[in-house]
This record gives sequence, structure tokens and C-alpha cells, in this order.
Amino acid sequence: MENLVDSIKKIFTDENLELLIGFEKGTLPLCATPCFIESADAADRLIFDFTCHNNLAKYLNDEKKRKGNTRKVGIIAKGCDARAIIHLIAEEQFERENVVVIGVPCEGVIDPSKLRKTLKGKEITEYKVNGDRIKLIGNDFELELDRAKLLSDSCLTCRYPNAPQHDHFIGEKAEPLTVNDEYAAVIEFDGKSAEKRWAYFEKEFAKCIRCYACRNACPMCYCEECFVDRNTPQWIGKSNDLTDTMIFHIIRVLHTAGRCVDCGACARACPLDIDIRLLGKRVEKEVMERFDFTAGLDFETKPAMAAFDENDKDEFIM
Amino acid sequence: MADFEPKIMTFLCNWCSYAGADLAGVSRIQYPPNTRVIRVPCSARIDPLFILKCLQDGYDGVLVSGCHPGDCHYISGNYVARRKFAILKTALVFMGIEPDRVQFSWVSAGEGEKFSIVISKVTETVKALGPAKKLVKHTHSFEDRGKTD
Repeated sequence: MENLVDSIKKIFTDENLELLIGFEKGTLPLCATPCFIESADAADRLIFDFTCHNNLAKYLNDEKKRKGNTRKVGIIAKGCDARAIIHLIAEEQFERENVVVIGVPCEGVIDPSKLRKTLKGKEITEYKVNGDRIKLIGNDFELELDRAKLLSDSCLTCRYPNAPQHDHFIGEKAEPLTVNDEYAAVIEFDGKSAEKRWAYFEKEFAKCIRCYACRNACPMCYCEECFVDRNTPQWIGKSNDLTDTMIFHIIRVLHTAGRCVDCGACARACPLDIDIRLLGKRVEKEVMERFDFTAGLDFETKPAMAAFDENDKDEFIM
Repeated sequence: MADFEPKIMTFLCNWCSYAGADLAGVSRIQYPPNTRVIRVPCSARIDPLFILKCLQDGYDGVLVSGCHPGDCHYISGNYVARRKFAILKTALVFMGIEPDRVQFSWVSAGEGEKFSIVISKVTETVKALGPAKKLVKHTHSFEDRGKTD
């Protein structure tokens, strides 16, 4: 994206931004770092490509905690970042006029854990992208593979690679990567027996070390005090007892129900590669089918779990 | 497990279901004694965490009962609760937890008869499922369960 820096500089001045949240080149190859720019001149370090995997909407929450909702903030947004921002504004977390959404076309982002698994402990010093292929180069090895093999699972089923609503858009709109059907994994899993499903979740959540990286990476987790940190009363044990861990994960999914935009930041942040998205995806499907709501598509619609319809189905109630 | 008596936690909303339970009592309608009642202001007071916490602490089933749609003392509490419960149930079923362990009902202040039927039904289904094993935190040995209360 040749014109990214120039366009941002122009937007920065035109919109009178006080802060811009974007990405810069990280210290490691294939891993960009979020960066915070407070003057148009500093915009030269901005980049945007498939290594920019964090959800920047999270830093909008941090900005609010630090400075209140007073500064005018621009934010470079992939499809999922933009949906998270739109949903947060729909939840009235920010003033619409204080947030400038700058959409960029996204072709999927890298999943660091897939890279880790591919490299098996080896380190790369540089990489070269050639169309759909990527070449990883280390000190004593070279490895060429399909770029899609390194992309986050959430990107492979993404329907919204571009911001659904935006103030500015830089570049050409991207086509969705329709490699896999969005709910195929959920439907397949639903077909298994209850015992098998339970065993799978037990196996996955048993890995959890309760580092809360999933929560900390999630743009929807902005509570002043998370229910797992509360100790008067202490609802949930703080050890890695399996039942406590499972309750943490179930409640985390319920708290993000109808709000999750499936950016996959939680799964990418997980150091133990737990399948965090599966349960959330099932809940997302239910919210869509039952309440006809998809998070982060417009600023006006009231979020599903904060609204109701008198004619909601209640076939499960005696 | 023929002599298994399940422990069932029942959350009743103050304005309808609790009064319904009261009516069942004063009308001397018989129903199984397996439930422990907690009175709450509204069915919307129930955080799904309460329900999971009950299962974790050794209850074999949980029942939440509130006002019929349209009857809520707080106008729309039970509508909001209904959405929460639908999602909780979806998540629990997807994870492979027996769906009948967590039940919801609408019981009005005039439905003492319905209250006894609901309690009997829930007790029966949970009894048939046997003691809860999933999500239960074993803070004391399995054999001791049910002896202390």
C-alpha cells in the first residue's frame, strides 16, 4: 500500500486528529507492532500488511481509560477492527464524532502460533512474499509455503475483510477469503455425541493456564473489573482447577455473546493454542439465527443481548 | 441409583414464581422436597454464572422461574432474561452438558398447581439423569455428596 503514509498524513491534518492508532514494523519478522502517532510527521513509520494481527479496537478502550473520551482518535481498521469499533460505538462506549475509522483492505492476518508450529523452534530473519506463496528465510534454511497456511483461522472464514462502515478508506476493497464455510466447524462438531463434545472441551480447556491473554486481547473485554478478578465475593477459583477454568471460558463466551466480531485475537493471543473460537462461534450462530443480529455492522442497531423482542422463541421454557 | 435424591437449586422471582410457590404451599399441594429456593427480585437478576456456580458446587439441577412474558414487575426483565437463558442453554448443550440439568419456567402468582407440576417434572428428569458429574468441583469426596447440606 504505497499511499498509506501520504493518505494518513492528509487525514491526520484534515480531521485534526490528536492520536492515530496503527501498526509499525515489529522487532521480529512477520510480527507488526501497534503504534501510536500524535503528529502527522511521525506517520512515516506506519505500515499495513498481513503481519498486523492485533485488534486495534482494544487500544481505543485503553485510550478511554487513560485520557477519557476526549481526544479525537483515528484508527487504521481491518474489517474486524472496524466491526469491533462499530460495535463499541453502538454500545455507547465512545462518541461517534471522536473516532475516525480509516478502513484498509485486509487479505487475512498471520497467526503467530501457526508460524511457531511451522518453524518448529527455528528462527527466521526475513521473509519474501510472492503472490500466494511465502518464503521464510532463516540463517541456515529456507522454507516456501502457501501464505494461507499461516493465516489465522478466523480469516479463512471471514465475510468482512473491509470495514462495513468507515470515514475514510485507503486502497482497493479486498475480496473475502472464502476458503472455508463460516460455520462448517460448528455444524460438524454439533454432529458428534455429547460425550465426545464434552471430552473435547475438557481436553482443550485443561491446557489453560489462566493467563487471561484471551481476555486482554479482546476489544469487547473492557470491564473495569473482570468477574475472574473480583474477590468480594470471589465467584470463581483462581487456580487452574478444570471446573474453574471451564466456567471462566463459558462465562467469557457468554459475556461476548452477540458482541464478538470473531476477529480471532483471543485465539492468536493464546500461548497454548486452545481452540477458543469454537464455542463462541456456536453462540454467534445462535444469536444470528435466533435474534437476527450480527455484531459490528452499523452504529445504530441495539446489540442483541441489550435488547429483546416480545416474540423471541421460548421453546426451551416450561 | 434408585434411591438417588437430586439436589436442585431453584431461583424464583419475587413477584410471580415465589408467590406461586407460596400459593402451592398454602393450598397444601404436594411436590418433591428436592429443591432449595432462592428468592430473587427478577429472573433477569440471574447471571448465568450463578447457574454454573450451582452446578460446580454440587447441585444436580438448576431451575430458574420468572413471570410470564408481559407480566414482569419491571416491564421487560423476563424478556432480557429469556435471551440470556437461550444463549446459556445453547452453550451448555454445545459443550455436551445434559440440557435437562438447567431448566427455565414461567410461573405466575396464581399458578400454584403449575409450580408443583414444574417442580415434579424437573425433579423427575434430573433424577433420571443421575448425579451431576460435569463441571462439579470435588472439594470433598464423591461418597460424601448429598450427606452434608
